[in-house]
Amino acid sequence: MTLLLQILLAFGTLSLLAIGGANAVLPEMHRLVVEVHGWMDDATFSQLFALAQAAPGPNILAASVMGWHIAGGAGMAMATIGMLLPAAILAFAMQGLTHRLRGNTWLKPAQFGLVPLAVGLIAGSGVIMAQAAGTNWLSFAIIAVSTVFVWRTKYSPLWVLAGGGALGLLLL
Amino acid sequence: MDKVPGKLELFLGYAKIGLLGFGGVGPWSRHVIVEERKWLSERDYAEVLGLGQILPGPNVGNASVMIGRRFHGLTGSLIATCGLYIGPLCILIILSVLYELYGARPGVAPFMQGVAAAAAGMVIGTAIKMGQNLRPPPELIAVGLLAVAGAAFLRLPLPLIVVVLAPLGIWLSLRRSWKPAP
Repeated sequence: MTLLLQILLAFGTLSLLAIGGANAVLPEMHRLVVEVHGWMDDATFSQLFALAQAAPGPNILAASVMGWHIAGGAGMAMATIGMLLPAAILAFAMQGLTHRLRGNTWLKPAQFGLVPLAVGLIAGSGVIMAQAAGTNWLSFAIIAVSTVFVWRTKYSPLWVLAGGGALGLLLL
Repeated sequence: MDKVPGKLELFLGYAKIGLLGFGGVGPWSRHVIVEERKWLSERDYAEVLGLGQILPGPNVGNASVMIGRRFHGLTGSLIATCGLYIGPLCILIILSVLYELYGARPGVAPFMQGVAAAAAGMVIGTAIKMGQNLRPPPELIAVGLLAVAGAAFLRLPLPLIVVVLAPLGIWLSLRRSWKPAP
């Protein structure tokens, strides 16, 4: 089996396990990439994951960075397609299903029942990010100000990201 | 109340979500779709996101497939998904090349630390705002708080949280809809 096909299969399998996004499959990604296939060592794995976090876009793109590291542009393409396609096909089918069922009175309340899970997990990942980022009083202050700013105003969140970066550069 | 976006607008909106999505695309996706462009109401958006959450893959990525299909069928799904990933992928290629050439440079770390703190607050603020706008009944608020506790404090695996809380939330929500309003 060629390397590119291996990459496609490895990340394609991960794609179907990734309920909850990238952080949910991080341990399994590590097992496949470092332990099973030996494509990189521990330290490289963490650094590449951090690199993906630093870039904009869904964190699942960590797979793309790893693909690039393993086999260049073609590796990146295979890892990205593997990671995105199976999940996207499921999502496409799900939208078709809800569209077909839209006349049923139970559909809307059933769907609303998933909302607390979605919002709760957003809050949960925010708290996890805060636990990692809150290393001193200044970072806690930035977290608090940014929370209130995004909660209470309709301005673009870009302002707090830029402000946080500037404060970090000056004071940390 | 929903404004149906044209294909170009769908692409550009999603390209913006992807490109601005530092620290996660979740807050940006809601900001652009609900607040800025008004494609979906808060409730419709939250419901799509809820479905995206129980499927594998990033919830915002799944939402892009579903929202794209809702407006423009398969073409819409492709347009929204390409828009979401194209910008970040280009940036990641550049970052990967720079990483291999230079590694870490001083000055970048404190800046990134400040951005990471602000991003954490941005995600928490978005969750509070959604909860406030959606006004769920008390038992669903409890489900949401259980999800926060399971993910952030108990560090349970996400599939486990989803398998337990998704049926519970659906059941509680259906039960309330069967009872006549008091």
